[in-house]
Amino acid sequence: MENNSHQHAAECRRIFALLSEYLDAELPGDTCEEITAHLQGCPPCVEFLESLRKTVELCRAIQAGEQPGPLSQAVRRQLRALYQKALAARGAGHDGSGDSAMMKS
Amino acid sequence: MFGYNGSGWRALTTEAREREIELARRLIAGEPEAFERFVELFRTKLFQYSLLVCGHHEDAEEVAQDALFKVFEKLDQLREPERIRPWVFRIARNACLMKRRRSVFAPAEELSLDELMPVGAGDGGQRKLEIADWSALPEDQALRAEVQRVVRQAISELPDIYKTVLLLRDIEGLSTTEAAEVLEVSEEVVKTRLHRARLAVRQKLDWYLRSAQGGRTPARG
Repeated sequence: MENNSHQHAAECRRIFALLSEYLDAELPGDTCEEITAHLQGCPPCVEFLESLRKTVELCRAIQAGEQPGPLSQAVRRQLRALYQKALAARGAGHDGSGDSAMMKS
Repeated sequence: MFGYNGSGWRALTTEAREREIELARRLIAGEPEAFERFVELFRTKLFQYSLLVCGHHEDAEEVAQDALFKVFEKLDQLREPERIRPWVFRIARNACLMKRRRSVFAPAEELSLDELMPVGAGDGGQRKLEIADWSALPEDQALRAEVQRVVRQAISELPDIYKTVLLLRDIEGLSTTEAAEVLEVSEEVVKTRLHRARLAVRQKLDWYLRSAQGGRTPARG
């Protein structure tokens, strides 16, 4: 009885280290099946997994907090100049029609 | 079935990424409106990522701007528009590292799995965990805002090596492979750090919920 209990606790511990990969479906099929089988007989692990799943959902739902301040015209001009240089380096070609309007500050 | 159903989030992330890839293609093609749209979109993303990494508004502004300059300096090297997000965040990660080198030196702090495991009483399946009642997460908008504040705070308090993984994987939606490339570590390291980061945030949330539910909050180390 005590042995079974120790084995179960060791199994809980092993699974505890794999729960994120289990949630992300990044485990090999057989390991995933082993965990599912363990969870079916272990309410505490299910309860813990649920709390971890909700944590991931809350992290993913974080809304944009503070916004950056406005970009100065000087910085915008420098960025545009770099962009133009990169386009030239890529050989994207400039006929001056569209880009010239864009490059005006 | 215990697997995670994150299909809604995944669909939103996929849609956002497809829009970014299309924007990157237009940017590279030199389309007139692409520059402004790209700057607005990625400057905000870079700022919000940097803010969570650096913790200070001014630092985040500076890092976001430095990163944006680097993005345009190196734009001619971007060969695959579909990799725009990991490519930009690799630049952002380096800009954050440079900023931190200039400001403070903090040794890497490790999170121990043992300290993140919940305490349980009893044996096997009869074991009862000493954790909050997570089914009672607040539905109310004001309380949800409070929970969001707790999550944000918990993320900001993570040691850097864990925080960056969580930001890239769970907030920016990068795959394990992409996060590994951005951080220049193995996929196994990404998985290990992500799990510990999530566990640490979970633990802080659990303390918050237990305290809100009138339970005793464990002593914090």
